[in-house]
Amino acid sequence: MRDVAIIGAGMIPFGRRDEDTLMEMLAYASLKALDDAGLGDKSVDAVYVANMGAGMLQHQSAIASSLVDRLNLLPAAADTVENGPASGASAIKNGLLAVASGYYDYVLVVGGEKMREVTGWRATDFVATMTHPQAEYPYGITLPGMAGMFTRLYMEKHRVTREHLLAVSLKNQEMGTLNPYAHVEMALDREGVFDSPHAIVNNPVSADPLHLYDLCPVSDGAAAIVICPLEMAKKLSKPPVLIAGFGQATDTHTLQERDDPTDLKAVTLAAKQALEMAKLKPSDISVAELHDAFTILEIAESEHVGFFKKGEGGKAAAAGKTRLGGQIPINVSGGLKARGHPVGATGVAQVVDLVWQLRHELPENRQVKNAQTGLTVNFGGFGNNVLSFVLKRVEQ
Amino acid sequence: MPVDMELEAVLRPMQYPMPPYPPKVITLANGKKMVIRQAVREDVPEILKSVHPCLFIERDYYDVVSARLYGELLAWYRHRVKSEYCLMGQVDGYLVGVVNGRLENEKVGMSYHTLAIDRGLRIGSHLFAAKMEYHMEYMNQDSVLIVAESPIGFRRWMIEYPLEVTKIPHELGGGDSYQLTREIYFKAKPRLVVGDRPVPQELMDEAMADIKFADDDTIRERIAGLKGR
Repeated sequence: MRDVAIIGAGMIPFGRRDEDTLMEMLAYASLKALDDAGLGDKSVDAVYVANMGAGMLQHQSAIASSLVDRLNLLPAAADTVENGPASGASAIKNGLLAVASGYYDYVLVVGGEKMREVTGWRATDFVATMTHPQAEYPYGITLPGMAGMFTRLYMEKHRVTREHLLAVSLKNQEMGTLNPYAHVEMALDREGVFDSPHAIVNNPVSADPLHLYDLCPVSDGAAAIVICPLEMAKKLSKPPVLIAGFGQATDTHTLQERDDPTDLKAVTLAAKQALEMAKLKPSDISVAELHDAFTILEIAESEHVGFFKKGEGGKAAAAGKTRLGGQIPINVSGGLKARGHPVGATGVAQVVDLVWQLRHELPENRQVKNAQTGLTVNFGGFGNNVLSFVLKRVEQ
Repeated sequence: MPVDMELEAVLRPMQYPMPPYPPKVITLANGKKMVIRQAVREDVPEILKSVHPCLFIERDYYDVVSARLYGELLAWYRHRVKSEYCLMGQVDGYLVGVVNGRLENEKVGMSYHTLAIDRGLRIGSHLFAAKMEYHMEYMNQDSVLIVAESPIGFRRWMIEYPLEVTKIPHELGGGDSYQLTREIYFKAKPRLVVGDRPVPQELMDEAMADIKFADDDTIRERIAGLKGR
């Protein structure tokens, strides 16, 4: 198997992109990544497109076939990859395996979603279609509802408090103000969302005990990377970023079938595989992008990947250990919480942000000093299909 | 414009007496302080400057809401509406939202429109709540008739309070009115109606000075831009 590196990364600002079609968003992000890769006249051998909902939201299927033509990349191979909110990481994994195997040399991976084409209710319902069709969905469960129940259990078992959730929310929205790609560029004020009696309206309960600002926004957006064998990447001008490890694991479709619903086994396994493949320990990681669709998930994932012991993640967040400059900076992009969560794009966007971190290309107020390694967690379903990548800066 | 006061006496509708709405201040999610106070008729030309750019924003039905609000405020300014009032929200002196309504009679209120000129801070929710507070607690009315012209309004008013549906026509046309009763209002009040009184003098002075307005492009970006929520 060949070592595989990321040679191009691109993203379009997330938000409400009313003027753009899904295909346009995918094309813009792809062109940015292709430009960044500096391949010149070389084309790519294959295109993997991550998307969860075009069939439902845009009534469009086979989007990879459409995109490869739009980008004039014919006759490159093209596949659409759907794995719920982990579609982005799944598409990267497919591209990675194709290059590592020696079958393709240059691969474009792009993820995108256009969710604001429908009302918030419809978008919530669309995401809920990944729940169990007999045991969950017919009873009205939504992902925020599921996250609320998970949070309650996690609070009871691991002594997470609302203060801990608030620390994640404040941190990620603050970082969002520094990220021009973030959907939400508004810093929150502790008094306005927590201390003041006015917070009951500003930050109402969404799914008890989760409040409005514990949830990520519904966003449009797209992100892309270009990958190739490391040996070829070394000949290019920008420092390549090695995909040093990856892991993927699954768990039961429904939460109630798990022995302990607070134990995110698939997160633990996926991160363990990725770290072992990269021959690293959690403490070796410089920066992480975790899947904080809900603030509780950043805390829970930070424990399950091994950054903190169980029951310590919330305290660590409140103590500032996950801030820029802290023990392990988490979601300095703003995370899903502030950058937004166009579901098909998220897994790719996490990797794009880490590529910028590892190339040391970000402004000082968002750059982790001397970042050498990065870890992602892209969380599908409610932890029933999880992927993790470990990336490494390669000095030329 | 010349005004014939003899004719005006015929054209101008009667007005129910309305007690003043006491201003209040609310801390928003971003920590900014929003002063909600009652506008006077002389404020209308200035307020319309901020409503005008919204007339051309299709997103979330801003066009229809702002066009109707524009007409209603102008009608109030020209003394062509019975018992209309207007409340406004200001942050750092800048106008960030407007609500209006009127009295159908002494016991029944007619809610008109709610326009948030800045977004993502629940300004519309706070202003709508202030409007209901005015009807119920200061004008001591029994009910307010309400319709929504956008899905956001429907979610905020009909569902969050929740309002009860009636067969009573609303004067804005469209669907039948929903109704806020005293019982519904006081049940919803603890979770939807907030604000501190009195407003600190420095904030009040800032609000009462010349009303500040964001420029048209800023307003359009806030409402319909990429970062809009």
